[in-house]
Amino acid sequence: MAKKLDSTLPNMILSLVIISIFMSAALAFVYLKTKEPIENAARQKEAEAIKQVVPAFDSNPATGKIEKGGIVVYQLTNQSIPVGFAVKSSTEKGFGGHIEIMAGFLPDGSIYNITVLQHKETPGLGTKMNEPKFSAQFPGNNPANFSLKVKKDGGQVDAITAATISSRAYCDAVQRAYDALKQVTDSITTQP
Amino acid sequence: MGSLKYFTNGLLKENPSLVLVLGTCPALAVTTSAVNGLGMGAATTFVLLCSNVIISLIKNLIPDKVRIAAFIVVIATFVTIVDLVMKAYVPDLYKALGIFIPLIVVNCIILGRAEAFAQKNKVWFAFLDGLGMGIGFTLAITVMGAIREILGNGSIFNLRIISQDASTILLFVLPPGAFVTYGLLIAGMNKLRAKYNL
Repeated sequence: MAKKLDSTLPNMILSLVIISIFMSAALAFVYLKTKEPIENAARQKEAEAIKQVVPAFDSNPATGKIEKGGIVVYQLTNQSIPVGFAVKSSTEKGFGGHIEIMAGFLPDGSIYNITVLQHKETPGLGTKMNEPKFSAQFPGNNPANFSLKVKKDGGQVDAITAATISSRAYCDAVQRAYDALKQVTDSITTQP
Repeated sequence: MGSLKYFTNGLLKENPSLVLVLGTCPALAVTTSAVNGLGMGAATTFVLLCSNVIISLIKNLIPDKVRIAAFIVVIATFVTIVDLVMKAYVPDLYKALGIFIPLIVVNCIILGRAEAFAQKNKVWFAFLDGLGMGIGFTLAITVMGAIREILGNGSIFNLRIISQDASTILLFVLPPGAFVTYGLLIAGMNKLRAKYNL
């Protein structure tokens, strides 16, 4: 068996430098290989979410994309007839911080469907916001006359048991989505 | 085949989670469901296997005084690789495991095996040791995830076995439940080892 290198300064520096160079090369290689799949996965996820939250459409989401203060509104049409809007909205009020949702609205402003894109809520508690027991309360309602607050705060939403904060955050994200949508639709209708 | 014992060592006799009680942070934190346990176990096994082999290969190139630094560079590289690959191909699992993937770097099972085993043994033995330890860790945290998922969420591997409306023991998906489950598993393991004299 070869003898172990002595711990002299040049030896130590040399061996660490060599190891680092090899490892960085390996990392650079993997980074380049995975860069595209990572972007694809994110894009695909978003496209799927849009499909889930609005009725069938045939336009390209990217063409009807409007950004309003960090919130992205996608205008969607089917054979040039508007079918609705998908709104990517987020809130920082979750129990675990950031929550990102995709909310779908019909042209009249009522909610069609909502799906959660990203969250860090407590498993088994806050994570239930994606289950129909909670999320089925929203579709069909128009936030204009449906108070997006949990019942505890005087609203009309039944909070998830033991996850009021997550429920509040969810409502907040939907409210923000609706507000952004309003701004967008107002600016469209006021245009000559 | 005397080398087989290096493999089975990690499964029962020196199970990293239940006997050596190493790497408890991921074992407690990510085991809220069986899938998370399995995913975390697989990621850790991959890193452990690769780092054990590489460190065993280059053990003569590393001067003693900087060995920890060298090990960490090797381990961190593989963790970053796992991180990127999971982000690209299993984004859902990546999301569930979140911060704990980068934290595999400081999982003491990996550094522990590098220090205690890989740097003193042949590549083949280091490979078997890494595989055994990795599978032992995976088994332990998958079982733990399964127990917590059944009791706390009424499902296993995301398959619902108790109706959604039934009340479950929520405590088990929360941090205290992790400690309770972990304690009971270690107790059970001790009993098993005493009985069969492992």
